Amino acid sequence: MNGLSPKKLTLYLLLAPAILWLLLLIVLPHTGMGIISLRERVGPGEFAFSFKQYMTFFEEPLYWNTFVRTAVMSLIATVLALVLAFPVAWTIAKVAKGRMKALMLAATLLPFWASELVRTLGWLILLRGSGVIPGFFQMIGLTNEPVELLYHDATILVGLVYSSLLFMLVPLINALETLDDSLIEAAYDLGGNRFDILRRIVIPHAAPGIAAGCIMVFMLTLGNYLTPVVLGGKSSMWFTEQIYTQFITRFNWEQGAAFAFLLLGLSSLLVWAGLKITGQRFADAMRRT
Amino acid sequence: MIPSLPDSKFLTRGRAVYVTLFFLFLLLPLSVVAVFAFNNSLFPTPPWKGFTFDWFIAHTDDRTGLFFDTALLTSIWVSCKVAFWVTVLSVTIGTGNAFLLERAQFPGKSILTTMMLVPLVIPGVILGISILSFASQIANFAYDQWELELEWLRPGLPLVVAGQFSYIVTIATLTIAARLKRFDESLEEAALNLGASRFAILRTITLPYLKPAIIGSGAVAFLLSFENFNTTLMLVGSDNPLTVLMYGRMREGASPVLNAVSLLLMMVSGIAVALMYFRKPRQK
Repeated sequence: MNGLSPKKLTLYLLLAPAILWLLLLIVLPHTGMGIISLRERVGPGEFAFSFKQYMTFFEEPLYWNTFVRTAVMSLIATVLALVLAFPVAWTIAKVAKGRMKALMLAATLLPFWASELVRTLGWLILLRGSGVIPGFFQMIGLTNEPVELLYHDATILVGLVYSSLLFMLVPLINALETLDDSLIEAAYDLGGNRFDILRRIVIPHAAPGIAAGCIMVFMLTLGNYLTPVVLGGKSSMWFTEQIYTQFITRFNWEQGAAFAFLLLGLSSLLVWAGLKITGQRFADAMRRT
Repeated sequence: MIPSLPDSKFLTRGRAVYVTLFFLFLLLPLSVVAVFAFNNSLFPTPPWKGFTFDWFIAHTDDRTGLFFDTALLTSIWVSCKVAFWVTVLSVTIGTGNAFLLERAQFPGKSILTTMMLVPLVIPGVILGISILSFASQIANFAYDQWELELEWLRPGLPLVVAGQFSYIVTIATLTIAARLKRFDESLEEAALNLGASRFAILRTITLPYLKPAIIGSGAVAFLLSFENFNTTLMLVGSDNPLTVLMYGRMREGASPVLNAVSLLLMMVSGIAVALMYFRKPRQK
């Protein structure tokens, strides 16, 4: 035999694009960004190793506050999405049957297939001072003057929860559908009340789905750019916005790279913690969604 | 609770009300977008000034409908071109990846499998930024070293395609791999025993079996590329895809033309999803 067997050749032909993709678009760009974040401009075209960018982040309260705020708001949005979606997922998975079930599933998917931009535009029309909801309030006499519902934290949360609901619903429905009804019947016959059944049977069974949903929603919210910027206006203080400003507006790549790394670190850390606490494996949780 | 258990009326009604409210909440923003595409006013907000098709077909001094708005139409075309290339690349490489995951054995497979999932958990903005800075560094290096101007590494459509591809290929891979996993390999063995070549088997048995997943992942890749905003925003040059153009106009203050485009988008993706949905039962 000279050279490669056909089987080996096929393997290499399949491996090459996969490795090129991961190396050129994921690994090297992120490594490069890590290197950029660890350097300081000392002269024209001259750079030295330093932690200055990270120091700036910790010394400047604006950046630090935005970071914490983004994380906290994302956590709140995740919890809200879970609480809002759970009863609906239960209804779709266990109560609704046949056409009703198909219809509900379709209605859940619909907003997702409309682009994020369309959804945000919808909220803009609903909430702005001259919009539909303030107009409605005025009509029923709740307020005398149009109220501006945009640019509040609550508004940002509504938008964030809205745009991530689907990623909570789908894993929850999948997890609940595999729950055997007879388990609940048995628990009921043995005298368990609804709360006990929920706490000791339903939630433990749905835990993988809950974890997958929470991780997806948290990730997407943390990395969201459009919703906080449009609905929150200038005061949205979202961390991806800081990254954009440093990179694109100020052309300060060193600072932007450091910010991007901090955000990536935060999201990885929380996802890792979430998986650890619930005893999930990354690959399983991701494939579920 | 489940149907076999007795539910009090209060609970059943309460749940019905909650679920109804939930779906109203879910569909409300899309409905207003659709409705105000037909409002005979310069702004997509109340008061309602009557029904009009102006925002689709007007061509006057103060109103340009969607079908005469050259910038909008150009950006739709740009988005289509980008989505086309993202789809072709994602589906081709995704199919190869699926075979790697489900069939091949090689050292380091588990690391590669995990790596393939990583793009899903990197925020889109960071994905875009890292590719932007990496490409620019190479382009700068080439220019400094050899005075070579590598135009395609500067912000522009090739980078947009690369950025969207970097995570959409993961989704294509997972979809196709899921179907390949359910494939009965004895079919291939039978064909092999009957003397078919490996290539003939792939072409006549395995790929036709994968076809629904390939078409499905292609449609998903196209839609995801078309609506992508976060990654695209970081990588655009002078040609704006639709989402970036719409974002720019939204910041200047929305106009009903944006609603008209949005309605068009909803209809197109609605039809695409319906087609995929109705295909499924026949395949089983």
